[in-house]
Amino acid sequence: MGPLSSSFIFPEWLDLLFAFIIGTGFGFALEQAGFSSSRKLAGMFYGYDTTVIKVFFTAAIVALIGSQLLSFFGILNMNQVFVNELYIGPAIIGGVIMGAGFIMGGFCPGTGLCALSIGKIDAMVFAAGGITGAFLFAETYPFIRKLADSGYKGPVKINESIGISSGLFTLLLIIAAVLMFWIAELAEKRFARQEITDEIGS
Amino acid sequence: MNPYLAGVLLGVVLLMAMYISGRGLGASGGIKYCVVSLVGTLDRNHAENSVYYSKYFENGRKPLKNWLTVEIFGILAGGFFSGALSKRIKFRIEKSPKISNRRRLIFAFLGGVFFVYGAQLARGCTSGAALSGMAVLSVAGFLTMIAIFGSAYLFAWFFRKNWI
Repeated sequence: MGPLSSSFIFPEWLDLLFAFIIGTGFGFALEQAGFSSSRKLAGMFYGYDTTVIKVFFTAAIVALIGSQLLSFFGILNMNQVFVNELYIGPAIIGGVIMGAGFIMGGFCPGTGLCALSIGKIDAMVFAAGGITGAFLFAETYPFIRKLADSGYKGPVKINESIGISSGLFTLLLIIAAVLMFWIAELAEKRFARQEITDEIGS
Repeated sequence: MNPYLAGVLLGVVLLMAMYISGRGLGASGGIKYCVVSLVGTLDRNHAENSVYYSKYFENGRKPLKNWLTVEIFGILAGGFFSGALSKRIKFRIEKSPKISNRRRLIFAFLGGVFFVYGAQLARGCTSGAALSGMAVLSVAGFLTMIAIFGSAYLFAWFFRKNWI
């Protein structure tokens, strides 16, 4: 029963080999989605290209449905899968800082690494900025430690906090996603910028 | 690739990570471990005396021998392989023709600084917090996702000249 890393004691090399294989799949999927282009990613925020929301929500839903099916058939123990811990303030403030970084840089860390791997110089500079950002965080940590650890609530699940089953929440999320996809398709027509779309495609 | 198909592919990779390693995908975490390792190599004393760095070197641990670090080297390999397959490998600066290379690179650098700084605070970026967090239905995942996209929309107007 999965996760395999809990059922079997992986030697370190095997754990890291899986990390590399999973990372390779991740980088491949991001690049195939077209996420090695900052102008495509930024399109999400000006409406001319909404690939981001389509890929993002499709991926989340596939993983949600997949993990619940595997769990239902006793193949995956979801209690052994890491659930992100909630720190309310840091999640919101960190998210707002990340959003500002997104619109300035045109990448997020994963897509930046992916664009760097195909030779985008702007992505290399973005990554250098990312390294600087991690360094600045480490050096300023003593001053923001209180903020960074504030509002701790533990690994809270959203369906449990509103009192519904994970299956029902997933269904609602799928309906919301389909609505968003529909709006996204409309937005791409309304805010179309043919000259940018042509250049990205090349 | 069709975006919905690419989304399915990404979702399957995420599911694999959950099934094999019991965790989601990540990107900013690996960058952090590289920085921690670098600081530890350059100034061991500083690393061991700092409340932040020291925890990554406890019990002789090596930050580079870490799941997240190795995973981001996989991202580079997978991105390169996909780019080669689709003939997209080329050294170039991608930007709007309306702005200079210099302007693009300054904003790219600043974007990187902000994004990874924020990711350390929120304990994950678009991959580790938002996408992977949503896939396990964590409130943290949904909250971070809304904050990232909401903020990017909010600031989009100020930076519109860089993109459109």
